[in-house]
Order: sequence, then C-alpha cells, then structure tokens
Amino acid sequence: MTHWEAVIGIETHVELQTRSKMFCGCAVDFGDDPNTAVCPVCLALPGALPVPNEAAIEGILSIGDALNCTLTEDSLFYRKNYFYPDLPKNYQISQYTFPLCVDGSLEIDDDEGSATIGITRVHMEEDTGKSTHVGESGRIHGAEHTLLDFNRAGVPLVEIVSEPDIRTPEQARAYGAELQRVVRALGVSDARLEEGSMRFDVNTSIRPAGADDLGTRTEIKNVNSLRSMQRAIAYEIDRQIAVVEAGGTVKQETRHWDESASVTKPGRAKEESEDYRYFQDPDLLPLHVDADWRRRVARRRPELPAARRARFRGLGADRRTAELLADAEDLAALFEAAVTAGADARTVGIWLTGEVVAYLRREELELASTGLDAAALAQLSAMTAQGELSATAAKEVLGAALAGEGAPREIAVSRDLLQVSDEGAIEAEVAAVLEQHPDARDKIRAGDMKPIGFLVGQVMRATGGKADPKVVQELIRRRAPE
Amino acid sequence: MPVDIDIARVAHLARIALGDDELAIYGDQLAHILEHAERVQALPTEGVEPTSHPLPMVNAFRPDVVTGSLERDEALAGAPDTEDGYFRVPKILDES
Amino acid sequence: MTDLADLTIAEAGAGLRAGEFTAVDLLEAVQRRAAVTEAHLHAFLTLDRDGARLAAEAADVAIADRDPRPLLGIPVALKDNMVTKGIETTAASQILAGWIPPYDGTAVRRLKRAGAVIVGKTNLDEFAMGSSTENSAYGTTRNPWNTDTVPGGSSGGSAAAVAVGSALGGFGSDTGGSIRQPAALTGTVGVRPTYGLVSRYGLIAFASSLDQIGTFARSVRDAATLLEAVAGWDPLDATSYHGDVPPLARSIDAGVAGLRVGVVTELTGEGIDPQILAATKAMVDRLSDAGAAVVEISIPAIEYALSAYYLIAPAECSANLARFDGVRYGLRVDGATTEEMMGKTRAEGFGPEVTRRILLGTYALSAGYYDAFYGQAQRVRTLLRNEFATAYAKVDVLVSPTSPTTAFEVGAKTEDPLTMYLSDICTIPTNLAGDAAISVPIGLDDGGLPIGFQIMVPALCEETMFRAAAEVERLAGFAARPPLATSEVVAP
Repeated sequence: MTHWEAVIGIETHVELQTRSKMFCGCAVDFGDDPNTAVCPVCLALPGALPVPNEAAIEGILSIGDALNCTLTEDSLFYRKNYFYPDLPKNYQISQYTFPLCVDGSLEIDDDEGSATIGITRVHMEEDTGKSTHVGESGRIHGAEHTLLDFNRAGVPLVEIVSEPDIRTPEQARAYGAELQRVVRALGVSDARLEEGSMRFDVNTSIRPAGADDLGTRTEIKNVNSLRSMQRAIAYEIDRQIAVVEAGGTVKQETRHWDESASVTKPGRAKEESEDYRYFQDPDLLPLHVDADWRRRVARRRPELPAARRARFRGLGADRRTAELLADAEDLAALFEAAVTAGADARTVGIWLTGEVVAYLRREELELASTGLDAAALAQLSAMTAQGELSATAAKEVLGAALAGEGAPREIAVSRDLLQVSDEGAIEAEVAAVLEQHPDARDKIRAGDMKPIGFLVGQVMRATGGKADPKVVQELIRRRAPE
Repeated sequence: MPVDIDIARVAHLARIALGDDELAIYGDQLAHILEHAERVQALPTEGVEPTSHPLPMVNAFRPDVVTGSLERDEALAGAPDTEDGYFRVPKILDES
Repeated sequence: MTDLADLTIAEAGAGLRAGEFTAVDLLEAVQRRAAVTEAHLHAFLTLDRDGARLAAEAADVAIADRDPRPLLGIPVALKDNMVTKGIETTAASQILAGWIPPYDGTAVRRLKRAGAVIVGKTNLDEFAMGSSTENSAYGTTRNPWNTDTVPGGSSGGSAAAVAVGSALGGFGSDTGGSIRQPAALTGTVGVRPTYGLVSRYGLIAFASSLDQIGTFARSVRDAATLLEAVAGWDPLDATSYHGDVPPLARSIDAGVAGLRVGVVTELTGEGIDPQILAATKAMVDRLSDAGAAVVEISIPAIEYALSAYYLIAPAECSANLARFDGVRYGLRVDGATTEEMMGKTRAEGFGPEVTRRILLGTYALSAGYYDAFYGQAQRVRTLLRNEFATAYAKVDVLVSPTSPTTAFEVGAKTEDPLTMYLSDICTIPTNLAGDAAISVPIGLDDGGLPIGFQIMVPALCEETMFRAAAEVERLAGFAARPPLATSEVVAP
C-alpha cells in the first residue's frame, strides 16, 4: 500500500491598488460602467506606448521585501505573446528572466505546526480586460458571443510564485491566508478573492512518500476563496491517487473547481502547449534597483503580521487571540493603545476578540463608530483586576460602553454593578451569617470545607449580590475558626 | 541549406488564416530569406550581450497620477461591433 | 516670381514675416501643385483641406502678431503611419481602412503647437515595410523624376510630395532607411535622427527598437528646422531621450575644416551602382579639398547587418502588429468564433510583405529557434555597435552612398523579397546602432535620376551631422528639380 505525498505550488496574482494603471494614466478605481477607464495605451490603439507606474514598482518591491526576497538589481520587462480578445495588444507585458524579486520565503502555521514555504519569484505584469460570455449559461461553453470591458486591462498585477514546498490542503490555505495578510499589511492591495484582487492558481501533483522526483502536475485555476482552494486541492489529491492506484497516469492539464459539484473538471479539450515567444520589450527600459533604493524599501517595511502576532503574544495575548487581533487593523490598534494605557493584555484581548467582535457583528457596526476607546478599556480592566467588577458584570459594562452609555465607572455605578471587595464592609455580614449558621461554622472549624459555598451564597444574598465572592470566601475561611 | 519550417504552426501562432497554397508560398519564401538571415550564426558571439536597447538608459517611469481616459464613445468609435458600451466579438470557443 | 510651392521653408518663413504673402497664399500654392501632380504621383492618401485652411488662417493671425515660430504657416506632409486625431490614418493597410484616431501623436501635437499647416497624409509601404512604396494597399506612389520609377520607401509619399512641392517639408519614419533611401531617390534631404530623439508615441509601430520619426526637406537647414520642432523628451514614450536636445543647427555654417571623415569600405564597393560610387568618391574628394581629413574605415560586421535586421525587425513587428485583430478597431472579417474572426481578418487585412515579416518574426522568436535567430541577431547587433564605436573614436562622421541604386522601375524588384531588402544595405547599419544619419542629394545619374550621399554620426551628434551635410550641400550645388515640379498641367 503506497503512502502518497502531495506536492503543491501556488501562483498568486495580486492587483495593486495604485491610483492609475500600470502603463497609462487611466484610473484603477473604476465603477461598473464598461469601457469608461480606457485610453489609447490600454486599448492598444495603433501608435500607443506603455510607461511604467513608479508606485506599482515600489509596491512590488515592498511585497518582495516582505517575503524576504532578493531584490534584483537589473531587471527587465518582457512580452508574453498570445492571442486572446481580452488582451488588447495580444501580448502581455510581463517579466521572464530577471524578475524584480527572487528567492524569498513565507512562514506559515497550521494545526500541524509551522513550515517555511519558499518563494521562487515575484514579478510585475499587467491585468487583462474582462470578458462576459453571453449565451445560455453565461459560461464559456454555449456562448453566443462575448462582450469585452477593458477597464481592468492594464491594472498593475503582481505574480508571486511559491516553491512546491506545500504538502497539504491545510498548509495551502494557511499559505494563502498569510500571503493575503502580508499584502494587506503593506497597504498595496485589498487582496480580496471574491473581488478578484487576489487570485490563486494551484499546481498539484503526487508522488510516493519519500521519493525525489516530481509527479505530473495539474493546474487548478482561479479558486474563489481560501476554503474552495483547500477543498479543491483535497479533492485533486484524492483524484490523482485514485487514477494512479487504478493503474492510470495523471494527465497534465488545467482543471477548474466546480464549487457546487465539489469536483475539479478538466479545462478545454485541446490543450496545446503555448509558445509565448518571450522577448525583452523594446518599448520599456531595463529596471535598475540600486543599493540605495533597496535600502529605502527595507526601511519602509511595516510591522508584518507574523511579527505583530509575536509581539501581541509577548504582551500576554494567547496564540489564537493574537492571530485574531493581528488580522483586524482597528482591533489591533485599540488593543495596543489599551495595553499602553495600562490594561491587562490577556483580558483585553479576550474582550476584543469575544464581546466586542460579537457586538459589532450583531449591530453591524464598525469599531470606530462605537466610541470604545483605550481609556475605557484600561479603566474597565483595572476595575476588574481590583475586584470591583465580577467577570459577568464587566461584560455587561463593556456592552453598555460600546453602546455609548458612558465611561465604565459611570455605567457600573448607574447600573449598581460595583462589587464590594473591601473586607471591612463585608466583615459585618460575614460575622452575621456565621452567627446565623452555627452548624456550618462548626463543620468548617472541624476541617470540612463543603459548607463554604452555602455560606458565601448567604452573604451574597445579604449584600444584594454586591460582595466580591472571592473576598467573602476568604473571610469565611478566616473567621470561621474564631 | 534549406531551413525546415512548420509554416502552418507559425501561421497559427500569428493568427493569420492562410490557405494551403499561400502557406506553401510563404513557407518557401521564409526558408529563402532565412538562408540569408542565418548568416548571423557565423559570427562568434560568446560573451557578447544582446542589444535590445540602443540607448544606455534605465528606469523611465511615470508618477502614479490619473491623467484621464477617453470618453466611452470615442473609445468605441472605431469598433466593428459593440453592445451596451461593450466591445462585442463572436463566441470565443468552438463548441466542437 | 517664384511659385510659392518652390520656396524652401527658410525662404517661406522670411516671406511670411516680411508680409510678402500670407500663409493662406502659401497653402493654396502647394495645394495647386498637389492638384496638378497627384494624378501622376499619388503621393497623398488623404488631403485635409479644411484643417489646413484653418491652420493657415490661424498662422496668419499669429504672423501679424510677430510670432517668431519658424514653422508658423509652413505646409507639411505627414506619413500615414503618424496618428492624427480626426484624420483617417491607415498605415497604407486595408486593416486600418477608415480608421479615424481619437488622439494625436506627440510629434503631430508639437507640429500643431509650432503653427505648422498639415496638408495631408502621405502614402507608404504598408506598415512601413518596404523600400519602394509598392507595398501600399492603396496604390504605388511614383517618383516625380520619372513616373515609371518608384520614389523609394517606405516613406515614398512624403519624399515625392516634398520633391515636387506639394508640401515644403515632410515627415516620415526610418526603421531601416525608410526616410534616407526615398530622399536619395527623390533628390531631397532626408534625416534619420538618433534613436529616442523624437517621441514614438503616435507612430504606428513597426520595429520598436529601430523606428524613428524623421524629416524631409529641400535643404539641410529646413530639415534641421523641422526636426527641432518635434525633438525632445516625451513622458509618453519610455524610450525617448531624457536629456536636453543638443542644438541641431548651431554649426551648420561652420564648414568641414578639420572634420575627420571616414569612408565606409563595406559600403563603397561591390553591390553599389558604379555611377553612384563615382559621385560618392567625387564628393569625398571635394570634402577633402574643403579641409576635411578623409580616411577609409572598415566596419566588418556590416556584412551581417542586413541579416540581423531581417531577424530583429520582423520579430518586433510580429508582436507590434498582433493588436490588429478585428476586435477594437479597423477591419473585421466575420467568423463563427473569435479565433476564426481574427485569422480571417488578419489574412485579408495584411498584404504579402507584412504577412511575410510577421511569419518570419514569429518563427524567429519561437521556441527552439529564439537563440539561434533572434538572440543571435541581437548579439550581432552589439558587435556592430562596438565596431561603430571604435570607428567613431577615429572619425567624426562616416560617409557612404545612401542607396545602392537610383530609382528603379515599378515592379523591378518585387519578384524576390530579398532583392528589395538589399536596397537598405547602406542605411540599415545606422538603425541597428541607434545613431543618426542624413541623405543629401549630390547629383543626377545618366538617366536623370538623383543620387544621395549619406553622412552618419554617433548618437546625439546631429550638430556635426548637419554641419557636414550643409557643406556637402554647398559643394554639390544640387539645384535640379524634377520635371513634375510645376503647377502647369502636364500633358499626359
């Protein structure tokens, strides 16, 4: 019985959210109206010429730097030649040899543990237009004709190619998710799969565990979510294993994930290998990224997600909380500010990722519109630590603070939630309860701790629930033997 | 020394639909021209960098500024076929 | 009184400023010339009467205001591969029949800003591929010196128009000699500037690393004036030269004393018509008498220049012409699928020479052949550039004939593509090097056909080029005009 190992590599495309397109001055942020952000360059009119967007170049260099790549000093643009109606020039300006960034890596974590996934290259290219197939199904098969919108043609596109270091569908998902976080943290793209500003193509193959050679791989194109990617890969691995174990061979082909049927399906029947006839684009000059430029890129690197998660854990948040916080920019900012203001990291982390997130979802609000600030959290945290509020009371105050009822102390007072923890205040009640229940007191004196709960309850009733149960318990323990 | 050219494949890569007669003629002409052009192979060029740029310049960029686009009717004006603001083409795949 | 159509730009400018005539007068003169000669020449594809009239009237207002711009009111002709907003632009191809561009190329914009009067768009070999203008999809242009012969190509229309006086100046493009060779064949001055000196934005691309817009005129000074109006960095062309444009005509009267002149061995021997060789040699002697230091210079890699060019240019053009697919503009031939539509559109829309070059280029780039063909050609190009650099360490200018023959008969070289390609052996090396060159008319052969003398200089040395060219012009004293250069109706 062969044990199989999956070998997975992922090609990711990221649309950069620059103001203007990669090679012309058309806007990138266009609406739904087709062909309203086009010009001679991106429409490929005769005589038009491309000129590279310097912010896009800075964007891709930031991505490469964040992925620990070497930034290539002398890099070139190439033409990738093929005919397709959504590609106005019928070649795509891209990179081939000498891409801008090479030899990087990305650390990922999944339930199995950590892994380092190699990044082979990161290169610059341009996006194509969009085609709408009009016919019965809206899919390419059965279409009567095709409508073309070139608003997206020429949007800057970064291609990130991983080494085939990924071994499981879970790892693939973790890789995709982390890459998404990195790109968002850099502020270069909103990296949304459902909108197409981030796209994955997955190469999957199998081999006997421990073997060195690579098996034949298939390419799964354009999975629309991290979850689909994971499911598609899982399906594909099983499919390939079944093929091989039945005595067949895996066919090298492009496949598409069918979400509703939960299967991958082969692409077009005639899959001739394309000859892209790459040659250096004579309309564009070579790119020279010197040492000064590389230094500037490194200096502007923001705190990346992995570093932020580690820092939050260092502050006291647990692993899961740190992950959740690091992923949400506004929550992370509030968390840091609250901790700086003196709040207990662990407690605040749990509140933010628990109560606050639930509240925001329920009320469909953004954090900024709630008025919850660092000072409030710090106050609430201090009151809890000092025993002025029970855990339950604290949550109620938090909810009220989110709703804008005021500062935590005000809320606690007006809702009469303050716990009494001052021993002196409770002493009298404790003494009274002990008097009223001599049997229980005798048992405790004799070493039987069971009645303590009952006595605590009595004191709580007598104080209208305001006494800090921990303090009550401690007092009973001390006073009972007297 | 005649050069062997798969002219049908070349014409397909270039998306020029030529008939068999035309393909044969062009194939011959190409072979003839290439015999001449092949002479470049006689020059020793190890260690020589290719020129793809006459000028020794690098890094021509434009700032990330929106400078505007064509009006849609200008953009569509020369189009052979349009529909509702889109360029229209026949279906992309052959059913068979 | 001289027909205004026979003035040089310098003379016309002086006359306009002196109030001797108006820009409208000047325009009407060239339009009369065109009306008379076009039936014989077919130099123009489009004449923009209304636009030219408006421009001339505007120029007259500015001239009255003492506006000093040198091209104000001057009628010029543009090769029809230069994109002009609102005026049909076809690149002499069926695939762009009826295409009205929504934008002006940069050179066109600069000419308008200079106050020039654009009279129309001239004929060319389809997509600038050819050396005779016989590859035009809209008919051949004839040479005004002998209408049985070609004006050269690919910028034959502009050359013929300027030679005959249907415009005082012209613009064309030069990728392998397409300005200089027609200039030689039509007895006009033709300039191919340094690569990058003039923006290619708005020039329908043939071979991107070789194309340049350049000028036609009937004097060296005029050619420089036209070039000055369009030269300079363009942010819309990443390959345009970013530095300051050197003063082009500053040394035009300096003479050649002390100028080091190199006669290119490989271009002054076998393969060149004997009368052309004799005329070239005679001019070289006169340059020497005028104070130039003349030596022979060998550039061995020139033997391979044509071969390298016919791999590089088609490769680049195969990608540049891929955009003509019937989707967004131009001709569309219907098909059941988009792929079928594209194939049929391109088969019908492109002429044989263009088809040939696209196929050749596609092949030269294809997998398995790239390194032996395109890759090797680009390396040979480097070798050639190195040899030019070595040569220019010894001389200031290199000289040769512009064309191996004078104007040949229509149909004489169309049998075998290679025969036509050989027309460019003298001019191609400069394009591969990225340098500048000029053709100056120096005489007529026994058949009454013009002979052109070529002066080549290193990149950005146009000042030296115009200086040497002006001296050649003075020494040659070439004043002949073609028989058709008259506004009297010529009997058929």
